[in-house]
Amino acid sequence: MNKSHTILYLDGVSVSFDGFRAINNLSLVLDKGEMRAIIGPNGAGKTTMMDIVTGKTRPDEGEVFFDGQIDLTRHDEAEIAMMGIGRKFQKPTVFENHTIEENLMLALKGPRSIFPALLHRRSTAEARQIDDILGIIRLGDKRDQLAANLSHGQKQWLEIGMLLAQDPKLLLVDEPVAGMTDAETEETARLLKEIARDHSVIVVEHDMHFVRELGVKVTCLHEGSVLSEGTLDFVSADERVVEVYLGR
Amino acid sequence: MITGRFFAAGADRRIAITILILLAVAVIVPLLNLAVSPTRAFYVPSYIVALTGKYLCYALLALALDLVWGYCGILSLGHGAFFALGGYAMGMYLMRQIGARGVYGNPILPDFMVFLNYKELPWFWYGFDHFWFAGLMVLTVPGLLAFVFGWFAFRSRVTGVYLSIITQAMTYALLLAFFRNDMGFGGNNGLTDFKDILGFNVQADATRSALFAASAVTLALAVFVTWATVGSKYGKLLMAVRDAESRTRFLGWRAENVKLFAFTVSAVMAGIAGALYVPQVGIINPGEFEPSNSIEVVIWAAVGGRGTIVGPIIGALLVNAGKSWFTGVLPEFWLFALGGLFVAVTLLLPKGIVGMWDSWRGNAKALRAASLAEEAGTDPVAPPPQKIVRSAATKPGDWSSSSPEPQPAE
Ligand SMILES: Nc1ncnc2c1ncn2[C@@H]1O[C@H](COP(=O)(O)OP(=O)(O)O)[C@@H](O)[C@H]1O
Ligand SMILES: [Mg+2]
Repeated sequence: MNKSHTILYLDGVSVSFDGFRAINNLSLVLDKGEMRAIIGPNGAGKTTMMDIVTGKTRPDEGEVFFDGQIDLTRHDEAEIAMMGIGRKFQKPTVFENHTIEENLMLALKGPRSIFPALLHRRSTAEARQIDDILGIIRLGDKRDQLAANLSHGQKQWLEIGMLLAQDPKLLLVDEPVAGMTDAETEETARLLKEIARDHSVIVVEHDMHFVRELGVKVTCLHEGSVLSEGTLDFVSADERVVEVYLGR
Repeated sequence: MITGRFFAAGADRRIAITILILLAVAVIVPLLNLAVSPTRAFYVPSYIVALTGKYLCYALLALALDLVWGYCGILSLGHGAFFALGGYAMGMYLMRQIGARGVYGNPILPDFMVFLNYKELPWFWYGFDHFWFAGLMVLTVPGLLAFVFGWFAFRSRVTGVYLSIITQAMTYALLLAFFRNDMGFGGNNGLTDFKDILGFNVQADATRSALFAASAVTLALAVFVTWATVGSKYGKLLMAVRDAESRTRFLGWRAENVKLFAFTVSAVMAGIAGALYVPQVGIINPGEFEPSNSIEVVIWAAVGGRGTIVGPIIGALLVNAGKSWFTGVLPEFWLFALGGLFVAVTLLLPKGIVGMWDSWRGNAKALRAASLAEEAGTDPVAPPPQKIVRSAATKPGDWSSSSPEPQPAE
C-alpha cells in the first residue's frame, strides 16, 4: 500500500504484556488532514495503540509509520513529540504545581535543550501565542492560577491547550470529554473540529453523543484489532459492534 | 521582629533577606572575633567561628540536596560522597602545602606516603600543590562523577527508591575504596595535620574568620544561583519533571537531561561545601563517605522544608546546633533523637518548618479573606457549582462507560 499520503500508517501491529495480546495484528491508516474517532469497550487497546504511536510502548511486530516515511518504532517519546505528534492522556495530566500560563509556556513549540531554557526570556510573540491559546481554551481569567485548582473538565482543556501550544501535525486525544458537563462536551467537540481544520486528529471517546457531534469516520477496536470501520451509523448498525458492547 | 518578618515575606523577599543576612554575618562575625577584645560582651570566641563555619558548609550541602530532591524529586542518599570528594580535593592541596614540615620531613611526599613506603608521588597527586588546580578538581571530580552516574541512571530511567538505593551504594563503594591504604588517599586516617592555606596558617584566628566569611558568602551565592535556576524556565521544567515526568517527554523534553543537569550542578555545590569544610575542621577521612552522613543531610532538608531553598539551610543549622548540644549532654542518644526527629517531621511537619509556616500563613490569609467577605455578604471560598452530567448514551445501548473520575491508565 502506498503510504505517501498518510499521516499515520499502522500495519500488522501486535504487542503483548506477559503473554496477553493487548494489540493484535492491528492495521489502521489515517490520511493527512483527517480526523478519526476511535471507539471500543474498555480494554480494547485504544490507549495502548497511542502508546505505540508515541514511542512509549515498542510493538513486538508490525510497521508504524508517521508522515509516510518516518518509522516510529525507531524513535523515543521526546523525538516523536518533536517530529510533530502531540498526545492528550486519558487521565488529564498537567503540571499541577504550575500556573495555567506556565503550563502553556512549557508546551510552547521551540528549542528543547537545557541552556536555552535556563536563559529563556518570554518574547512578545510567545506571550501573544499564549494569549491566543488561553482565549481558545477559555481559561484566560485563570492564567495565574495553579493548574491543581482547575476542575477535571478544565484540566482536559488545559491539556488540549498544551497540545495546541506544541503545534503538532498529528494530535492523539484520549477520552477528552470524560468528566465534562454536557455544555463543556459540546464546546469540546466544537474545539476539536476547529483544530481538525489544519491538523490530523485521532480522538478516542466512549461518548456517542460526542462522536456523533464530531461527524467523522469511526473505527471500532476490540481485543486489539479493528472490528468495524465507517460512518457512525454504519458502525453502530454493525452486529458485531452491538454484540461487543451489549453482548457480555 | 526580624524573624517574623522574614517568614512572613513572600518567597522572593525571603531569598533577598537570606542573602543579606548571610553577607552581613560574613562581615560581622569575623569583626566580633578579631576586632573585639575577648573580655567584651560582644566577643565571638574562635571556636564558635569554627563551629558556625562548619554549619554553613552543611547548610550549603543541604541546599545542594534540595535542588535535586525538593525541585526534581530525586532523593539522593549519596550526596555525602560529593561533599567528601570536594573535601578530599581540598585536603590534597593542604597536604602538599605541608612540604618538608611533616614528621618525616619529605619535601614532596606527605607523611602517610613515606610511612607506607611510597617511592614517588602517585600521578593523581600531581598539580595539587597549586590552589587553582585543587579548586578545579573540587568542581570537576564531584561534577564528573555525578554526570557519569546520572547519565547511566537517568537514561535507564531508574527512579524512586531504586535510584535512592544506588546512590547509597555509590557512597558506600567510595567509603570502602577510600579506606584502602593502597588507594593513595591516606586510608583509614585520611588527610590531616594541615599547616597553611594560600600561605596563611589554617589554625590562626584571622584565617578561620576568613574561611567563615568565605563559607557565608559562598552560601549566599549558592542561594542566589539556586533561586535564579529554580525561577527560570528550566526550573519550571525541573518541577514539571518531578510532578509529571511522562508529560514532559510527550512535550518533547528530554527528562533525563533535565535531571542530569540539576544532579551535576548539585554535586558541584556539594563538592564546594566539602572543600570549605575541610580546612575549617582540619581533617578529611573516609568516614565522610558513611551512608549515614548522606541520610542526615536528607533529614536536615526535610526538617527545614524541602523545595523552599531557605528551609534546608534553616534545617541544617538547627539540627546541627541541636546535635552539638545533644552530643555534649547525652552523646549516646543522639542517633535516637535524630531518628525520632525524622519520624516526627515526616508525620507532623511533612513540608518542614518553612513549608508549614507557608501553608499556615496561606490558611490564615484565606480565613481572613473569608471573614471579610462574609461581612460584605459574599462567599469567595465556595467555588461556583460544577455539575457533572454525563450525556446519556444513545445508540447502541448504554455503552458510555467512561467515568468522570480520573482513570489509572494514562
Ligand atoms: N503496560 C501494561 N502492562 C500490562 N498490561 C497492559 C499494559 N498496558 C495496557 N495493558 C492491558 O492492555 C489492555 C488494553 O488496555 P488499554 O489500551 O488501556 O485499553 P483501552 O484504552 O481501550 O481501554 C488492557 O487489558 C490492559 O490491562
Ligand atoms: Mg484507554
